[in-house]
Amino acid sequence: MDILEYSAVELSAAIREGRITATDAMEAVLARIDAREKDINAYVTIDREQAMRAAAEAQAKIEKGELTGLLAGVPVAVKDNICTQDLLTTCASKMLAHFVPTFSAEAVVSLEKAGAVIIGKTNMDEFAMGSTTETSAYGETRNPWNTAHVPGGSSGGSAAAVAAGECFFALGSDTGGSIRQPASFCGVVGLKPTYGTVSRYGLIAYGSSLDQIGPLTKNVADCAAVLELIASHDSKDSTSVRREDTDFTSALVDDVSGMKIGIPRDYLGEGLDAEVKEAVLAAAKVLEKKGAVVEMFDLSLVEYAIPAYYTIASAEASSNLERFDGVKYGHRTDACEGLHNMYKKTRSEGFGAEVKRRIMLGSFVLSSGYYDAYYLKALKVKAMIRKAFDDAFAKYDLILGPVAPTTAPKLGESLSDPLKMYLGDIYTISVNLAGLPGISVPCGTDSGGLPIGLQLIADSFQEKKLIQAAYTYEQNREG
Amino acid sequence: MAKQYETVIGLEVHVELATKTKIFCGCSTAFGGAPNTHTCPVCTGMPGSLPVLNRQVVNYAVAVGLATNCAVTQCCKFDRKNYFYPDNPQNYQISQLYLPICRDGHVEIETAAGKKSIGIHEIHMEEDAGKLIHDEWEDCSLVDYNRSGVPLIEIVSEPDMRSAEEVIAYLEKLRMIIQYLGASDCKLNEGSMRADVNLSVREVGAEGFGTRTEMKNLNSFRAITHAIAGESERQIDLLESGQQVVQETRRWDDAKEYSYAMRSKEDAQDYRYFPDPDLVPVYISDEWIKQIRDSQPEFRKEKMERYRKEFDIPEYDIGIITDSKHMADLFEETVAICGQPKKVSNWLMGETLRLLKEKNMDPEEILFSPENLAKLIRLVDSKAVNLTVAKEVFEVMFDGNIDPEQYVEEKGLKTVSDEGALRATIGEVIASNPQSVEDYRNGKEKAIGFLVGQTMKAMKGKADPVSVNQILKELL
Amino acid sequence: MADKITDETIEYVGILAKLELSDEEREQAKKDMGKMLDYIDKLAELDTTGIEPMSHVFPVQNVFREDVVTNGDESEKTLRNAPGVKDNMFMVPKTFE
Repeated sequence: MDILEYSAVELSAAIREGRITATDAMEAVLARIDAREKDINAYVTIDREQAMRAAAEAQAKIEKGELTGLLAGVPVAVKDNICTQDLLTTCASKMLAHFVPTFSAEAVVSLEKAGAVIIGKTNMDEFAMGSTTETSAYGETRNPWNTAHVPGGSSGGSAAAVAAGECFFALGSDTGGSIRQPASFCGVVGLKPTYGTVSRYGLIAYGSSLDQIGPLTKNVADCAAVLELIASHDSKDSTSVRREDTDFTSALVDDVSGMKIGIPRDYLGEGLDAEVKEAVLAAAKVLEKKGAVVEMFDLSLVEYAIPAYYTIASAEASSNLERFDGVKYGHRTDACEGLHNMYKKTRSEGFGAEVKRRIMLGSFVLSSGYYDAYYLKALKVKAMIRKAFDDAFAKYDLILGPVAPTTAPKLGESLSDPLKMYLGDIYTISVNLAGLPGISVPCGTDSGGLPIGLQLIADSFQEKKLIQAAYTYEQNREG
Repeated sequence: MAKQYETVIGLEVHVELATKTKIFCGCSTAFGGAPNTHTCPVCTGMPGSLPVLNRQVVNYAVAVGLATNCAVTQCCKFDRKNYFYPDNPQNYQISQLYLPICRDGHVEIETAAGKKSIGIHEIHMEEDAGKLIHDEWEDCSLVDYNRSGVPLIEIVSEPDMRSAEEVIAYLEKLRMIIQYLGASDCKLNEGSMRADVNLSVREVGAEGFGTRTEMKNLNSFRAITHAIAGESERQIDLLESGQQVVQETRRWDDAKEYSYAMRSKEDAQDYRYFPDPDLVPVYISDEWIKQIRDSQPEFRKEKMERYRKEFDIPEYDIGIITDSKHMADLFEETVAICGQPKKVSNWLMGETLRLLKEKNMDPEEILFSPENLAKLIRLVDSKAVNLTVAKEVFEVMFDGNIDPEQYVEEKGLKTVSDEGALRATIGEVIASNPQSVEDYRNGKEKAIGFLVGQTMKAMKGKADPVSVNQILKELL
Repeated sequence: MADKITDETIEYVGILAKLELSDEEREQAKKDMGKMLDYIDKLAELDTTGIEPMSHVFPVQNVFREDVVTNGDESEKTLRNAPGVKDNMFMVPKTFE
């Protein structure tokens, strides 16, 4: 079997059993990168020497029995907004073209401790703002299934790298669908954990109240293993939640009998591509056959999620991105007249159009006279959306629906109309507003051969239900 | 007849709390480190870093709130105040706007005009900014983030003050309370206590307030007094000449005794406050409040009462000693070692106050330890040194907290206790001053004073004047 | 609501956000922001009377550090990525006249 065919968990087992080595695995991945990267552009930075060195170290520790975990020795790709000590972290922005963090994100520390080996940093929409990975300052990433199409975003590089075999799994971040939507477009599994499950320490913030780091993997078992590894309470993140139930791999059970699943009618309405709808409903049937009770219901407030999200996320982003000013790190303009001119030129040169758009919007909705009408209003709507989900989870174990209204659009189609692009986030965004966990699992392809994603949403802290249902579906889907 | 105006003043007082670490990270708050040596990703705004609140900041803020009769906001939150400036590494300051930790308090002040209550609108917690230094050589500014993230409370008064005298009384009262609590050392000159003055003028008897300005950079009581005088005059002049006062922030230049507007086109004064998503709400339970209340120290009033009962010292001394927490501590600790409250008090009321005044220092800046003051008192008691020498030693001790016993030993300042040597010296003095001897014998009692002085001089001060007197009388 | 977005608004937001837009970018920003605000105005349709604004999804509270020094001299790391450094400090254009 070709090394690259292994899932992450299978690969680690093979390495721990001595059938292959961590350096073999890294070499295979680097060879695949050499072959595919010029078409895909999934990475912003690849540190081959360090990757090989780290793989050799992991191998030695595995041989000595010091590393025994489910992901020991496995090459991993990390989204470029997650800090990695001594390894360039750009957020796909010109602003951080030369930024080398002095510390690693807590999630990265957890991965490295367990012996996973970092290959490099994956491409993304600049500062995670976008749904196509086309706003990157380092060129767009292309969909491995059809390079004329986008991989989705903002974690497009991570999703494409997993899909193209350019890594065995990847970390992404999800603020409004940025893990689930590219996972769906690239035919891989992506999970956005309950807010507070994975430490945000070292994740370069976009919308702090919405951001979560999560896995992008080849299958559900890998997803559970990665989540189990990176979910931990972190005293450096005040919003980190102390959880006991993080043995997610124990939920890899092929059974959904008695599970109650609701499909929001609001998720199947206008704007949803017919082929996507068909595939999602077929997936629901598979779960029904395995004993789940599936029914339609009205979630309500769905159309208010996007305006609330863009208000809150832009407002937080406008503040989070103020620190990029040419003083302490990152880009600084060459010539300027005085302090404020330095700020303005630095930021205008360093940020791309989409980032500027959201900073402007965010600054406006927080500005004097508009705070109540926009920002405070959005926080109230957020509370109502959370309430709507609470009501739904009083009746259902899971909510099932599409990840995105369509499959991956062609390159260049989305950026011309930002609002239209934002509307593509309609099924993923409310999950972030309500702090819920959500997973995207491949559920077929459209007539053009592009992958379709099934989204499952659970109540807060119920990732195990998500994993169990996703695993059951994966084991029983056709083809 | 010319219009009569009154000045309306409210204060925003920033106090640096005496925590060991910064408000949101484990960096030291110690003064005087080399630039940027007390910094980490959190207090320099590194991408990916996150704040975690220092519990002690809440303890101190609540303690100050309780001592100033505030209501504690049992569920309070932090907000971000957004503005670009290089001393502010994130370009937002974490502060409190919507739910400050304390509200609606007051303190009593006393001026020549009598007692008055000054309202406290709110107290909020926030982080301090870094330090900017101008570099002449490069014509640029340099930023040091050692102070960035040092915890502050901002105490916002109601516009209840009408004169510089009231302002100073209010500040002194706040300072005393906070020092008693140990929540801050409140040094204006080092910036651990800073006051911004909000000032407007109106015609006497007017109902509403005039347009106010805010003055910053006031780092002494003197500067505050001058700035208040200067600004009221400026505003009255504007009104008298038919112009308007513009609401603005002004910077006081103490050297030029002039304030100037800090406004610029790039300074929109629109801080876009919103709740900081990186920090969770602080819930202060009744038990927590009780705990803080129970651990509050004895305040001045109670202390004065106790002194009256415990120590036989004049009321005037009690007033001065308890006016400063540091002085009171020094007094009590010294008395605990060597007893004799009256003597301890004399050293504080006499030499200590004299030197403080001479060196323009606050009682909080007293360096010498109670142990050393006790030693000095014992040296005098045992007649090892006379009072004149003791005062000289005290000055050295005041400057550098030296051990007086060791110092007296090293410098050979001990009183000569060898009576033979003393008698010999006195014999010489009598022999070489026949005129004075004769005057004394002729009944001029005063002449003996001269002879004592000559003896002391010959002994280089190291003699006990009482013994000298006795021996002289005997020999004459 | 889109008519709220005038040249002055863009200028003002530019000052707040420290962004300098070219004429072309300014026109685009006016259009984009107007469109987004029109869309966000949808929120006004909802009656939110009596609803508490939700800034945190979970009722987590009282997360503290103890007052213990944990960091040593990290100045080298602090300054490592700085565009301008002098005397162990960040160099910036002069901040006062």
